[in-house]
Amino acid sequence: MANKDKDLMESGAKVKLGTSDRIIRGFGYIFVTFYAICCIIPFVIIVSTSFTNEVTIRAEGVQFLPKDVTLEAYKMVARGGGIWWSYLLTIVLTVVGTFLGLSIISMTGYALQRRDFPFRNAISFYIYFTSLFSAGLAPYYLLMTQTYHLQDSYFAVLLPLLMSSWLIILMKNFVKAIPHEITESGKIDGAGDMKIFVSLILPMLKPALATIGLFLALGYWNEWYQSSLFLSSRVSVKPLQYTLYEVVNKVDALKNSVAGQFVDLSEIPQESVKMANAVLATGPIVMLYPFVQKYFISGITVGAVKG
Amino acid sequence: MKKRKSELTFWQKVVRYKTLLLMCVPAVVFFFMFNYMPLPGIWVAFVKYNYRDGIFGSKFVGLQNFEFLATSGKLLDLTKNTILYNIAFILLGNFLAVFVAILLNEMQSKMFKKVSQTIMFLPYFISQVLVGILVFNLLNYDTGFVNGILTSLGLEKWQPYSDPNVWPVLLVIIYLWQQTGYNSVVYFASIMGIDGEMMEAAKVDGANGFQRIRYIILPSLKPTIVILLLFALGGIVKGNFGLFYNIVGTNPILYDTTDIIETYVYRATMTDFNFMTASAVGLYQSVIGFVIVMVVNYIVKKIEPDYSLF
Repeated sequence: MANKDKDLMESGAKVKLGTSDRIIRGFGYIFVTFYAICCIIPFVIIVSTSFTNEVTIRAEGVQFLPKDVTLEAYKMVARGGGIWWSYLLTIVLTVVGTFLGLSIISMTGYALQRRDFPFRNAISFYIYFTSLFSAGLAPYYLLMTQTYHLQDSYFAVLLPLLMSSWLIILMKNFVKAIPHEITESGKIDGAGDMKIFVSLILPMLKPALATIGLFLALGYWNEWYQSSLFLSSRVSVKPLQYTLYEVVNKVDALKNSVAGQFVDLSEIPQESVKMANAVLATGPIVMLYPFVQKYFISGITVGAVKG
Repeated sequence: MKKRKSELTFWQKVVRYKTLLLMCVPAVVFFFMFNYMPLPGIWVAFVKYNYRDGIFGSKFVGLQNFEFLATSGKLLDLTKNTILYNIAFILLGNFLAVFVAILLNEMQSKMFKKVSQTIMFLPYFISQVLVGILVFNLLNYDTGFVNGILTSLGLEKWQPYSDPNVWPVLLVIIYLWQQTGYNSVVYFASIMGIDGEMMEAAKVDGANGFQRIRYIILPSLKPTIVILLLFALGGIVKGNFGLFYNIVGTNPILYDTTDIIETYVYRATMTDFNFMTASAVGLYQSVIGFVIVMVVNYIVKKIEPDYSLF
């Protein structure tokens, strides 16, 4: 009886909901659910594979749910030990790079947004131009290795990721929302520009710092490109994602090459070990991201407006 | 009495605004070191480079490095691949993003909206290396997930890694998989910004769901769509290196349909150490890209100054 009343009430509330709305909504739930499942399936398969017995993988291929569950792959990665050094390196690069990059980007963003700063247009253009025209990979590679001598140096990974013109423009857009009166009031109190920036502006930029800091941190955590350019086999500890790249691709290269025929396949990492590496390299960012997602969303929406 | 800003000489301005200038110095030095310093190195595209003499000591050969690229059709092939992939990415990417954003907006369950958005965003957070691994894990011949299903159904195994023709479709799907969560955020935000009263009024006037989408939501998304398409058009000769390199890698069988400017330049630099060819292709790409941005911006400025990039 109570149920019937509730149904009546709900149908009463929905009286304006026409057939077309129901079609759209019904289709929406089905489509979005399907799409979300597609997004998550590859991750489930990777995790499953990392827990599956190697023999089973060889015989039956990778499965959606783990079969013959074993921790063998993780034990092997832990025994190898190399991945912990990669973790340490990646964490150090991420923390140092994010802190340094964030300091520079926020200072620059504030200065370039100050109305009374006569050089703001010139410097803004100087920075923006770098996104319009670039020298390309070969001149960059030659400069980094032959002029700066950064081959096999961690600085070749740390420095290029510190900032981008896009991040500075993003910061300028955040600063724009802070009223100029704040700066004026600081001036009246006799504070210098640096003092105004540190004690008045920075506290108001917290959401911006969180957003841009996360973009920077994600860049460092996922970095593999600069490593692939500048860190040769002489460097034993490499950033996490590039270590993963090497683990996975070396095996395939060995298998595909003619020489591979003489390589003992049991000696090289197997499917489950590769996937265990992948899970370990990605785990932290996936665990963290539901909590930081909102900062990314604010960054994307603010960044979509031009600088 | 302080002088007005416009009356100051250059050096007086420097002195008065020294703190703000100093705040910009690290960034200015950074872009000088990593973006301006490589520019003179473009010269390597015009010489016969050897290590001993360096870029500026090597023999000048004019356009010789470009000649082979142009006459062999290599440059044209690379440009074609790069642009066609980008067109597919841009059009389908934006279409799907708008589509998903509109559907999300129609959902009533807040919980469902939140969870599905979080899941759709997930592929954006992972490294391109992992994307390559995910794809390989699904598609490889020996142990791939797809082939496991095909085998259990009694069907023949599929070998995408030796079939160049399937990759244009696969790469577009993978791109959409990775980017749609991200792309739909901007559209979703602009739908949320639509005046709620207008929507209510439309409902009261008896507009059905399709009509609201057609006459209110889509028109109010138009500026955002146009801006994002223009941004994308400016980068139409820039390829998504991470995606292509991690998925296709160095598998020559697939080059016909998957080699873009970036992957070619990377191999020329890092595998062949052929800095002349790499630099020639890179310069060609930069110049074309620059011209396209300028033309797009010029046209936009004429039609709708508010949308122009600069």
